[in-house]
Amino acid sequence: MKEEYILTVYSENHIGLLTRITNVFTRRKTNIDSLTVSESALQGVFKFTIVVHCTDAMAKKLVSQIEKQIDVLKAFYHTNDEMIFQEIALYKVPIEPIYESDKIEQIVRRAGARILEITKDYVVIEKTGHKEDTQALFEELNEFKVMQFIRSGRVALMRDPIERLSEFLKERDAFLTSLD
Amino acid sequence: MTAKKITGSQALILSLMEEGVDTIFGYPGGAIMPIYDALYDFDKEVKHILTRHEQGAIHGAQGYARVSGKPGIVFATSGPGATNLMTGIADAMIDSTPLVCITGQVASPLLGTDAFQESDIVGMSIPVTKWNYQITTPEEIPEVMAQAFYIATTGRPGPVLIDVTKDAQFGELEYKYEKCKKIRSYVPETSIDPHQIKAAADLINEAKKPLLFVGQGIIISHAEEEVRTFIEKTGIPAAWTLLGLSALPTDHRLNVGMLGMHGNYGPNKLTNEADLIIAVGMRFDDRVTGKVSEYAKKAKIIHIEIDPAEIDKIVKTDVSVLADAKKALKMLIDNVNPNNHENWHNEFKKCDAIENEKVIQKDLYPTKPGLTMGEAVRIASEKTNHDAVLVTDVGQHQMVAQRYFHFKNSRSNVTSGGLGTMGFCLPASMGAQLGAPNRTVIAAVGDGGFQMTIQELGTIAQNKLPVKIMLLNNNFLGMVRQWQQLFFDKRYSFTELHNPDFITIGKGFGIEGHTVDKREDLDASIQKMIDHDGPYLLEIKIEKEDNVFPMVPTGASVSDIILEP
Repeated sequence: MKEEYILTVYSENHIGLLTRITNVFTRRKTNIDSLTVSESALQGVFKFTIVVHCTDAMAKKLVSQIEKQIDVLKAFYHTNDEMIFQEIALYKVPIEPIYESDKIEQIVRRAGARILEITKDYVVIEKTGHKEDTQALFEELNEFKVMQFIRSGRVALMRDPIERLSEFLKERDAFLTSLD
Repeated sequence: MTAKKITGSQALILSLMEEGVDTIFGYPGGAIMPIYDALYDFDKEVKHILTRHEQGAIHGAQGYARVSGKPGIVFATSGPGATNLMTGIADAMIDSTPLVCITGQVASPLLGTDAFQESDIVGMSIPVTKWNYQITTPEEIPEVMAQAFYIATTGRPGPVLIDVTKDAQFGELEYKYEKCKKIRSYVPETSIDPHQIKAAADLINEAKKPLLFVGQGIIISHAEEEVRTFIEKTGIPAAWTLLGLSALPTDHRLNVGMLGMHGNYGPNKLTNEADLIIAVGMRFDDRVTGKVSEYAKKAKIIHIEIDPAEIDKIVKTDVSVLADAKKALKMLIDNVNPNNHENWHNEFKKCDAIENEKVIQKDLYPTKPGLTMGEAVRIASEKTNHDAVLVTDVGQHQMVAQRYFHFKNSRSNVTSGGLGTMGFCLPASMGAQLGAPNRTVIAAVGDGGFQMTIQELGTIAQNKLPVKIMLLNNNFLGMVRQWQQLFFDKRYSFTELHNPDFITIGKGFGIEGHTVDKREDLDASIQKMIDHDGPYLLEIKIEKEDNVFPMVPTGASVSDIILEP
């Protein structure tokens, strides 16, 4: 049965690696729902957070083929229950409705969003949350004709208190040192 | 080594020397000229084979690697030179062949500008390389080259492509070379879990109908002796994959033949009777498994494999041992009980008798008028005392040669297994001859594949490589025609070839040869080919519409293997 999985991939920062990783999904004809890449807390180690809809068996195969890429340190896959995750959305809404009533302000407050910037033409609102939260806010704001909207890829942390990558890197370093 | 200032090109050539390279296959061009210029000073240390096409160069390097066990080295220029390598790179990737491909690239300020002969070979080759890298500064060359060799040759071997911009080739650096021993993100081999060995040994000791699959991993890890010891101790029959062929002598009493679509009747039929499959260094290719949902349903599966991505990829395993085959087998040998499995062997013998009567005798000792590929292969094997290196192309002749050539020694079989690349044989045979200069190399090739890389006759002639080319000519793309006959109602759509006079073409390149089309002349013709001092082209005109059986039809279970149409 297909469900949503979060793949986290830790890697070196090498040119072309993004293509190598996304190519694994292309070959398996599996669409990437969202992808976020940034440097992790470990200096020089980059983290990919990839969201896909697939079966458990496919998630396992994707991870093993991603790990096969030379510059990848480690990859994991998780269900949503195992992760704390967020996305950020930005909404540009015309300024006029705000002058005319307090409706937008009420929506923003209720949604736990915040106003980032106000100009004479528009207001930019920021909302952090799960996709359904940011989408719900979009639906509400769109009553006032949202001018622009953008949602980021997902960022995620494991609920597990053990930092698996740190453990993994310790073991890897010990193994590599033993080769000297 | 003390540091000294040299050009990037010189550093690249010195790096190859440090890695013990003695043979390079390649084709020069504008973007790789500085490297070729640096190579000019090393004609005593390294042999460069100028092929007639970059595809010839890379297949040559593959043949060299497969026979010698050393990485194959390829040079090509940018753009079309580099893209002409792609088929061979893909072939090497799927067949786990270690290659280091060096491509020239336009100068770094021109990158991404659609400059003359610029192609994004790094981007293009990502899906078919184990690793690739673009060098844009001379200082990177020693470290990247060392990494390239380490990655290409360790773990599950594969092709690596290093693209070097022209300014990096011209620029200078203080050269110092250190072989790569480790990479943080790449650990090709880890320690074996003894619990997995114990679990595997328990299954082996309990099994009543166990069957061992020998893959190329045995050859790559030099585990031929361990496989032999293992099967002789346990009495377990062993079947081989296309690329596992020659790892175990053909006439070994426990060798029960080839798996897969055109494999032998016994191992296919009895895969679905086995209660245990022990797969070593093989990857359950779809040509081996047939319909996966019906595959080996009575068997528990032990998979010994060095590439973790292969475990559970096609067939769910009961015990997986992530390991080098040699090390795993050594540990297993100490943990398994002696046995003989006589009744189980008798089942294979019954299957052999059926296949022998219905297929093999007719192929090897035909009585009908036309020559068969089987008899030609049998005679060639006998005439070389079963000690030749066999290189094949792709198609009917490939399956026949793999079925009927006998082997005594490992690394004697070179074929394009996973990608099925027509045109592979002729260039690969010259590489095999360079990799094993003292052995007889027989290139068994069909008339279709021969014409895909026929220009490499020039390379063979120029380098006086004594390859014995056995052209099995049926004036058809034979395997496609067979499928058209069996599955497309004999609609032979564009598979008949009106061929040229191959012997005249060979002579034009300076290669002797002759044609044989009569059974009474076949033996002497093959003898003449083998005895000839130098390369030789023997064209054998075989029956036009002969078929290869047994066969597991596409989508069928391996136990539904058919012996005749």
